[in-house]
Amino acid sequence: MQAFTQLNGLVAPLDRANVDTDAIIPKQFLKSIKRSGFGVNAFDEWRYLDHGEPGMDNTKRQINPDFVLNQTRYQGASILLTRENFGCGSSREHAPWALEDFGFKVIIAPSYADIFFNNCFKNGMLPIVLSAEVIDGLFSQVAFTEGYKLSVDLAAQTVTTPSGEVHQFVVDAFRKHCLLNGLDDIGLTMQQQDKIKEFEAKHKQAQPWLFA
Amino acid sequence: MAKTLYDKLFDSHVVHEENGTALIYIDRHLVHEVTSPQAFEGLRIAGRKPWRIDSIVATADHNTPTNGWDKGLAGISDPIARLQIETLDDNIREFGAKAYFPFMNANQGIVHVVGPEQGATLPGMTVVCGDSHTSTHGAFGALAHGIGTSEVEHVMATQCLVQKKSKTMQVLVDGVLGRGVTAKDVALAIIGKTGTAGGNGYAIEFAGSAIRGLSMEGRMTLCNMAIEAGARAGIIAVDDKTIDYVKGRPLSPKAELWDAAVAYWNTLHSDSGADFDAVVMLNAEDIQPQVTWGTSPEMVVGIDGCVPSLELAKNEVQRGDWERAYAYMGLTANTPISEINIDKVFIGSCTNSRIEDLRAAAAVAKGKHIAPNVKLALVVPGSGLVKAQAEKEGLDKIFIAAGFEWREPGCSMCLAMNADRLAAGERCASTSNRNFEGRQGPGGRTHLVSPEMAAAAAIAGHFVDIRTFN
Repeated sequence: MQAFTQLNGLVAPLDRANVDTDAIIPKQFLKSIKRSGFGVNAFDEWRYLDHGEPGMDNTKRQINPDFVLNQTRYQGASILLTRENFGCGSSREHAPWALEDFGFKVIIAPSYADIFFNNCFKNGMLPIVLSAEVIDGLFSQVAFTEGYKLSVDLAAQTVTTPSGEVHQFVVDAFRKHCLLNGLDDIGLTMQQQDKIKEFEAKHKQAQPWLFA
Repeated sequence: MAKTLYDKLFDSHVVHEENGTALIYIDRHLVHEVTSPQAFEGLRIAGRKPWRIDSIVATADHNTPTNGWDKGLAGISDPIARLQIETLDDNIREFGAKAYFPFMNANQGIVHVVGPEQGATLPGMTVVCGDSHTSTHGAFGALAHGIGTSEVEHVMATQCLVQKKSKTMQVLVDGVLGRGVTAKDVALAIIGKTGTAGGNGYAIEFAGSAIRGLSMEGRMTLCNMAIEAGARAGIIAVDDKTIDYVKGRPLSPKAELWDAAVAYWNTLHSDSGADFDAVVMLNAEDIQPQVTWGTSPEMVVGIDGCVPSLELAKNEVQRGDWERAYAYMGLTANTPISEINIDKVFIGSCTNSRIEDLRAAAAVAKGKHIAPNVKLALVVPGSGLVKAQAEKEGLDKIFIAAGFEWREPGCSMCLAMNADRLAAGERCASTSNRNFEGRQGPGGRTHLVSPEMAAAAAIAGHFVDIRTFN
């Protein structure tokens, strides 16, 4: 996994609550057996005016000029600013895959759906929780300032605005450690294989029907 | 100290714990074609094998067609979908499984219907699947939740998941549900109260006399929708109904193991006096048949209600959501729900495709016919076994005579990955679980209801109150 330490990135605002993973990556793209190439179809139904299917040449499709991420000023954004309960619905990891492939490394929202939140960390992405009031402020600043960038420092757990305002965020210590060092979860867990085997033996003795 | 059911299930599976992050052991891993190929590929690249093959039970469901089965795999016209289904076949052949029900197998079906009916889901288990509706299995007093594909690979490789303990929420529903009010209505009424983010960070335990009164099918419907309230897991204590349901299933324990299992399962309830981090209470008598009006399951009202007006929105953000929902759904505030006409009906999904759901819908449809404005009314059984049972009872004939289409099992128009979908602007009464924009097809408009309410809407051509419908 790619490590994440710091980022100074352009911010794109998506001013909606409850953005679900069906919206982030519609189901027709889930037929793929790969884990890359989803970025061109991120937010497909909002981003394009025509209906998208896998295998289409997306450069020839009709762009929806009203969709915020299509605006010139947000091209190249790596930080997505959004509202509460982002990533709700389906557990599809294709959603963080699509966002990451699109270019987002950091998401800032007041809250996330649990499964999506967890899936982000498995893909070197950092979902940051800030209070609804701070987020309101950031939305206005982004709207009023073309080229608005934020600096994110995972080690210090801070988001810094262009004017130098610092917002602290909370991140689970284990997830932070994995992200900072780009550690692969499976490799880490395999270091505990003796403990797993020991547990399994005890578990089998206590509930033998689970192993019948 | 008095423990909640969640505490008991979690604590009994902790392999290792450090600074609040635990490694928990997984007993059952359910696998389907959409969220597994990248996980198997990851194993292959790293040269890893599944830790415990006999924990894996797999089936193809999300992408499979619900008609044209006479042509076999060749009948899947979409080559990308066919490849994904074949990839699951290949992966299971290469890596192995305790049980596999491939496309068109007599036991194939929606993974959350198949697991319980095979006895692959047992009380006290930890159950995972790369699907958010894995919460369904919590109906058996199991700790069950959806995971992403990286975690699917992690569980395959290590039999464990890295987890932080959730907070606990008790949802207490006491009283007796009125006639025509189902588990689906209870689920939607709860979500209407908590909101779709209300359960974020929590495991929900559903309790109270109305929950105890539900059948196992009803409990599965309720736990299935815990995720729509934001909770990864929903659980219900084990009782005699749970044990009766599990008994005699192909993968259930037998003989002396059965007795030992039952003795343990009978301890799977929250201790009296156990503390929950949050408690939500509803009176069963207050719950009406529910219909969603918008693009999130929390946008829901009783059948005698109206599309709510903006003054009722709790804040600016919700006001914006509602305005977008009105536009997307083609509805205006204050429209009575019973005046909303529908174009299509979908009876199916991991929420409502079990035999009891089909019986309830068939009882409404019997001797009647779908309205002329209803272009398509689909009935998609949850599994091959549900379909066979329904046909034995003659339910298929009732549906067909009433103008419904009787299809092969699968996820179908719940998520519209296969050919079953809504066209833009079409309005559907659906027994599924999500009314998100585009969920049942781009531009499609979904209203979530119970099977009875969906069948009644099919007959009437618009939503009707099942309590007075005949």
